[in-house]
Amino acid sequence: MNFTNLFKIALRALGNNKFRGFLTMLGIIIGVASVITMLAIGQGSKKSIQSEISEMGSNMIMIHPGNMERGGVRQEASSMQTLKLTDYQSIVNKASYISACSPSVNSSGQFIYGANNFPSTMNGISEDYMEIRKISVKDGEMFTEQDILSSAKVCLVGKTVTDNLFPDGENPIGKVIRFNKIPFKIIGTLVPKGYNSMGQDQDNLVLAPYTTVQKRVLAITYIQSIYASAITEAMTEKATEEITEILRSNHKLKETDEDDFSIRSQEELSSMLTSTTDMMTILLACIAGISLLVGGIGIMNIMYVSVTERTREIGLRMSVGARGIDILSQFLIEAILISITGGLIGVVIGIGSSFFVNAVLSWPVYIQPYSVILSFAVCTITGIFFGWYPAKKASELDPIDAIRYE
Amino acid sequence: MEKPIIQLENIQRDFIVGSETVHALRGVTFSIFPGEFVTIMGTSGSGKSTLLNTLGCLDTPSDGEYYLDGYSVRQMGKNERARLRNNKIGFVFQSYNLLPKTNALENVELPLMYNPNVSAKFRKEKALQALNAVGLADRVYHKSNQMSGGQQQRVAIARALVNDPVLILADEATGNLDTRTSVEILVLFQKLHQAGRTIIFVTHNPEIATYSSRNIVLKDGRIIEDKYNQHIESAQKALDLLPVMND
Ligand SMILES: Nc1ncnc2c1ncn2[C@@H]1O[C@H](COP(=O)(O)OP(=O)(O)OP(=O)(O)O)[C@@H](O)[C@H]1O
Ligand SMILES: [Mg+2]
Repeated sequence: MNFTNLFKIALRALGNNKFRGFLTMLGIIIGVASVITMLAIGQGSKKSIQSEISEMGSNMIMIHPGNMERGGVRQEASSMQTLKLTDYQSIVNKASYISACSPSVNSSGQFIYGANNFPSTMNGISEDYMEIRKISVKDGEMFTEQDILSSAKVCLVGKTVTDNLFPDGENPIGKVIRFNKIPFKIIGTLVPKGYNSMGQDQDNLVLAPYTTVQKRVLAITYIQSIYASAITEAMTEKATEEITEILRSNHKLKETDEDDFSIRSQEELSSMLTSTTDMMTILLACIAGISLLVGGIGIMNIMYVSVTERTREIGLRMSVGARGIDILSQFLIEAILISITGGLIGVVIGIGSSFFVNAVLSWPVYIQPYSVILSFAVCTITGIFFGWYPAKKASELDPIDAIRYE
Repeated sequence: MEKPIIQLENIQRDFIVGSETVHALRGVTFSIFPGEFVTIMGTSGSGKSTLLNTLGCLDTPSDGEYYLDGYSVRQMGKNERARLRNNKIGFVFQSYNLLPKTNALENVELPLMYNPNVSAKFRKEKALQALNAVGLADRVYHKSNQMSGGQQQRVAIARALVNDPVLILADEATGNLDTRTSVEILVLFQKLHQAGRTIIFVTHNPEIATYSSRNIVLKDGRIIEDKYNQHIESAQKALDLLPVMND
């Protein structure tokens, strides 16, 4: 028996029952389409979180005082002062896997210009911070090494701050604003970055030399955090280890002592945040997978009814020379054709509805080729799996019994 | 002497129904030679269909030997018997058994679909030829439900002819048809007979026996009569005598 003929036979049989075939397919169509859409939504939000995080900085490593790993227990104030400028300097001098490093000290408060005031945060940093956090200067200039050494009262402002302090569109450069009663001269503005996925305004900030914030604003000797960039993403882990070593020896910690600081990498943050979306993706895919399974059972159901209904036809085919294997193949091919056709339509609808979700709800979607291939493979296997049993039943019919079947 | 197409030796067929055994055939022995047109008659339940199914390799005897074209059918497996049905036998059923929603051509092509040695082109050619032979050249693309009973039965006969079988088996092939159509079908069978085909025709109607070359009568699973017909009547003549119906 050649395959072409079996294929033709199966195709004709399906053609005779188009509507039923379509109804059977519907289960598969919905199953495949929902698997693809769900995965696209899951992957889309993962992607957007990932890109959001990579926008935060380049291979960023964040060092904070105290040990964050001690659960949610609130830590003593002294443990929050463990990072010193010397730590920063040691990292700059000794670490070999990082390309940039900056200390960070923050102070929140009102910024005042003339009659306008606006609450924001002054971020005391060094020049490297710009590279680490992917911030660039729009107009004006970045402060210099000299400014840091002299704790100069200069600052750069983000767009939100500018808009609020200079609502009339005045050029902010050269203007003097007040923060904590201290006058700061604006020497530059920052390129706007917009809101991040967590709804934070990334343009609501003011940058100043860390020495200025440390001495003139906060009057502290410690620093609040250190930011660094690993040379490449792959070096992040090595850089983290290296920094840990440097800080431990700086802090004269014994072998048994726990770290009195904590290091987080951007990579870690990314995997932490995306693990939630991964979970959501799996959950969605499972639900969609169940609908695919239900679709498969639909195939089995219809094939089973169809075998019973077509018992006489099977008997006739056998009486003109069809072997068991021919009958088996015919029904199996029918089941596979239904599931493949359903699968193809499902893929098209799935991709379509992903774009629809994106366009109408403006949710980020991302269709991974593997999800398409996967759901397609699953539905073909479903067809074979659920078509097998009824097909086998059909092939085992006795020709006379079948042809006499009423 | 010519070799027989069918050689039955003491064929028995028992059916076990619950705790009882039904002896449908209780030792049937006969031979049929090429070119014979044999009618098989007998009361209802005498075993005619069982015998025909056995001859058609659809059923296996409980005991006895059956040689078809020299091959022992009893020793064959399922698949071999399927191939035999495909190559050597043409079956015509009382209830036509055409594929639903399928046109005449495709119905007739069916046996050749299961023969891997037949090309699509040859298959269509043969099917058209067979349809032509039964006088349905103008109904090739009609679906089975668009044809009369007589036409459907002729499609079924064309289907039985299409694989050039050594044996044509018919189980009450005219049982569902009116007198005139029955005679028309018999004209067809006589033509096939004259063309040298071997035909076995199970019937209730004693009149049909007058058109065949030999008549076997069964009773309770045994042969009680086996006679050659010296004066074969012409079905065509009978048809000409029938009043033409006006509708
Ligand atoms: N599959 C079966 N199972 C059990 N008994 C059967 C089966 N097929 C036939 N029989 C029995 O075998 C006997 C012969 O049946 P068969 O169908 O051959 O009769 P028949 O001569 O063709 O009758 P009819 O003229 O009514 O068609 C009957 O008694 C019937 O009940
Ligand atoms: Mg019968």
